Amino acid sequence: MADILTFNVLEHSLVPEHYLLTDEEADQVLSKLRITRDQLPKIRRTDPGIKVLENIYGPIDEGKLVKIVRKSETAEEFVVYRLVIRG
Amino acid sequence: MMKGVSKRIGSIKFSCVSPEEIRKMSATKVITADTYDDDGFPIDMGLMDPHLGVIEPGLRCKTCGHKVDECPGHFGHIDLAMPVIHVGFIKDIKRLLESTCRICGRILLTAEQIEAHRIASERMEELGGDTIDQKLLTKETSKDASSKPICPHCSAEQMKIKLDKPTTFREGDDGHKLTPKEVRERLERIPDEDLLPLGIDPQTCRPEWMVLTALAVPPVTVRPSITLDSGDRSEDDLTHKLVDVLRINQRLRENRDAGAPQLIVEDLWELLQYHVTTYFDNQTSGIPPARHRSGRPLKTLVQRLKGKEGRFRSNLSGKRVNFSARTVISPDPLLSINEVGVPITAARELTVPVHVNEHNIDFLRTLVARGPSPPEGEEHLVGVNYVIRSDGRRIRVTDRNAETVAEGLELDYTVERQLMDGDVVLFNRQPSLHRMSMMAHTVRIMPGKTFRFNLCVCPPYNADFDGDEMNLHVLQSDEARAEARILMAVQENILSPRYGGPIIGAIHDHVTGAYYLTHDNPKFDSMQALTILSKLEHKTLVDPIEIDGEKYWTGKQLFSLVLPPDFQAIFKSSICQNCDQCKKEDCEFDSYVKIKDGKLLCGTIDAKAIGNSKGKILDKIARDYGSERVRQFIDECTRLCLGAIMNRGFSTGIDDEDIPEEASLQIREFNKESVEKVDKLVESYREGTLEQMPGRSLRETLEVEAMKVLGKARDEAGRVAGKHLGMENSAVVMAKSGARGSMLNLSQMAGAVGQQAVRGERLSRGYWNRTLPHFKKGDLGAEAKGFVANSYKSGLNPTEFFFHSMGGREGLVDTAVRTSRSGYMQRRLISALEDLKLTADGTIRNTADTIVQFRYGEDGVDPARTVQGKAIDLDDVFAEVLGDDAELLLQLEEASIGEDYATLEKDEMEFIEEEEVSFEEPDFGGE
Ligand SMILES: [Mg+2]
Ligand SMILES: [Zn+2]
Ligand SMILES: [Zn+2]
Ligand SMILES: [Zn+2]
Repeated sequence: MADILTFNVLEHSLVPEHYLLTDEEADQVLSKLRITRDQLPKIRRTDPGIKVLENIYGPIDEGKLVKIVRKSETAEEFVVYRLVIRG
Repeated sequence: MMKGVSKRIGSIKFSCVSPEEIRKMSATKVITADTYDDDGFPIDMGLMDPHLGVIEPGLRCKTCGHKVDECPGHFGHIDLAMPVIHVGFIKDIKRLLESTCRICGRILLTAEQIEAHRIASERMEELGGDTIDQKLLTKETSKDASSKPICPHCSAEQMKIKLDKPTTFREGDDGHKLTPKEVRERLERIPDEDLLPLGIDPQTCRPEWMVLTALAVPPVTVRPSITLDSGDRSEDDLTHKLVDVLRINQRLRENRDAGAPQLIVEDLWELLQYHVTTYFDNQTSGIPPARHRSGRPLKTLVQRLKGKEGRFRSNLSGKRVNFSARTVISPDPLLSINEVGVPITAARELTVPVHVNEHNIDFLRTLVARGPSPPEGEEHLVGVNYVIRSDGRRIRVTDRNAETVAEGLELDYTVERQLMDGDVVLFNRQPSLHRMSMMAHTVRIMPGKTFRFNLCVCPPYNADFDGDEMNLHVLQSDEARAEARILMAVQENILSPRYGGPIIGAIHDHVTGAYYLTHDNPKFDSMQALTILSKLEHKTLVDPIEIDGEKYWTGKQLFSLVLPPDFQAIFKSSICQNCDQCKKEDCEFDSYVKIKDGKLLCGTIDAKAIGNSKGKILDKIARDYGSERVRQFIDECTRLCLGAIMNRGFSTGIDDEDIPEEASLQIREFNKESVEKVDKLVESYREGTLEQMPGRSLRETLEVEAMKVLGKARDEAGRVAGKHLGMENSAVVMAKSGARGSMLNLSQMAGAVGQQAVRGERLSRGYWNRTLPHFKKGDLGAEAKGFVANSYKSGLNPTEFFFHSMGGREGLVDTAVRTSRSGYMQRRLISALEDLKLTADGTIRNTADTIVQFRYGEDGVDPARTVQGKAIDLDDVFAEVLGDDAELLLQLEEASIGEDYATLEKDEMEFIEEEEVSFEEPDFGGE
């Protein structure tokens, strides 16, 4: 954990913003997109971005949703959702 | 006729086949290595047993009773005297041996750990993990298990398993050998319930099946023998290999049953293992490949599937098709960009099916009555090759039966008529690197033997006419034709999705023609003007200008004829000198283009206006007026420009590189000075008085300084030469207008070729301490290190010529390396992306219906509709809203993204074209 505390990857300008969704928010997203969890893109629990979030929220289980907001030249801002999986 | 049965495949599961199943599905047991008896009849229970299927016409299969092509062939089997390991499963066997107990066979995990695995696996399934994820998980579990030194179930101590490639297992520190029999016994001991955590479904597979006791013999239809002209029979490689297996199997059984010494039995056993291994994969590392008598390695099972010539890449990813033609291509500027000229001979072979209905039956009757080869006359007559009756029977139409078949034509028949003008076909040139490599054209039947098309379509295909061949495919259904017309037609692909700009447009002489038509606004008398316009469709001429009572039309007036009447544009030509202060309309080089209300007011039309990849006018017409209007513009432009260049006449030759004596003297003088300057640098380097550059060694400093001096020498030579090469010079006109060539090319021809480099450094390799024996050892001067002071025209001296070849070689090697690499990368990309699709809700999904992108490209923008990658062109919007006032706002220093991309991609594609010099790519096994 020490190495994570020394540098927060989310503060790097090239790393997009990561937000952990609550279960209610996650369900809302899923129903809005009319999909089930398994149809989402994935992100591993070992991902540096998730590790930073774990520092804030405590352990993040598989099945949680993460919202990632990217900056885009053409679309200004682009939101994607990812499902946390083991790894 | 067979009607297709359409059923959806829910899932496919691959598993191992058990020895019992091999025996059960076997049509016959194979016991003898002999194939045919003396009379040439297959021997029963031999490898060519008639129970295994038929390959000879006229014979019937002894298993199913069908004839050739109806009998699918039937498997046989060989009972192996001793078990043998299957190479294909060697990794799995090792994993299983390592992660289970050598005594009790249980997995080396506690009950809790097994349960943890089960939960993780279920959770993964729930969250959409695929088989690859599952495999990773089992790998982890196996790793955990294999690290245990003691069995948690029976407390037996575990030993280390080592794999002696390719198929021998050793155990413990002394390397005690495990026979396949022992391996099989261990695998048998693993209980069913321990298999799941190890990634094996006990319902369909038992691990001991990976050690073979019976070998399936493929049907003869899979390994047909061919009869040579001499009457000798030549067997398939697989049959040869199976003969080897049978022979050794026989000897092993005899020796074992006769109680031969253990050593002999073991040797034979190993030999059997070798033959079975090479039967599966003849390129197994660690053992020599089995060879034919001629020394050629045998092509066994894995070799049939793998690589470029394998079943996957050659037969499944790439197929041969009907209704296609291939021939040499040649240009025809009078064809529309949408058209393709098809030779009569090809058109008579290619057919389009037409369903007979009450509206077309009379027309089709006349076609059928003509037969397959109507007389060639003034007009090309379309014939018919086949008629298909409503019951599916095909009737070949011949000159003899044409009349009768025509009379018998009924509704619901299908007529396969020959290709005719206006048919939609796909036209393609390999390598098909982007979607514009395959476009839909309309057919124009022509005499001759080549395919012909408009020169503007060369860039998307990357075609030239030095012997290139292209393929043509005739579409067979209405859906296909509609799709091709709407999506694949040439006019729909003028704007490239590679960079938001036109990829189809004027090239070479078209650009030169446009330059001569519009530059400095030449005057044409009515004869000239009408000749230039004669190739165009009807156009209403504008009022001529009158000088001394004579009527004249100006070039700009003529060009304006092909523009849309309300067209507006302002930009700078290719020939623009980039003056510090642009004089706009009063530009003395006539390079400020202004078009108002479809009238070219000033400026020269060249590559920047109508050229492919940067043509502003093309781009704007395509965007604002649609594909049909640009098509018309390009077609008319081609004809107009060629009219203009033919009116004036144009040629270039070696004397275009002539420069006055004093200029070449000046260049020679400057080169001499530069060489001397380098000599001085070398001298000061040797004396140690050369001032070292920060971060560089003294030697590096010398190199940098020398490169700088010699680089300047070439620039100076180019400048001096350029001074004497004005716009009256054809080569310069081509370079400046963007038609072909560059000023660098010209200065290398007329001025000096300059310093040659390999890896960006002056040449240094060859002999010990020198580049060539013509120089002293350690010579660091300009000539000794690859400076070419001569020009291509004056001619290179022998050392210069050699250095030039060295520089040229680097380019070739780069090309060869890049070709194979980019080809490999492209194939990987294609297989990763090929079945992604844009769904109705705007998301991009794969075949498993999981989301890959929440919106296409994460911005929903179609790159083909962008303005050089940008979603909107603000300048254009300003110009439209503000009219003339916008001129002040306009940033004429346009971003040249499209241009850069275009040139870069062009280079890339030229590299790829030289396919012959490619290295074999790394092979990562199965496709
Ligand atoms: Mg060629
Ligand atoms: Zn059969
Ligand atoms: Zn045990
Ligand atoms: Zn100017």
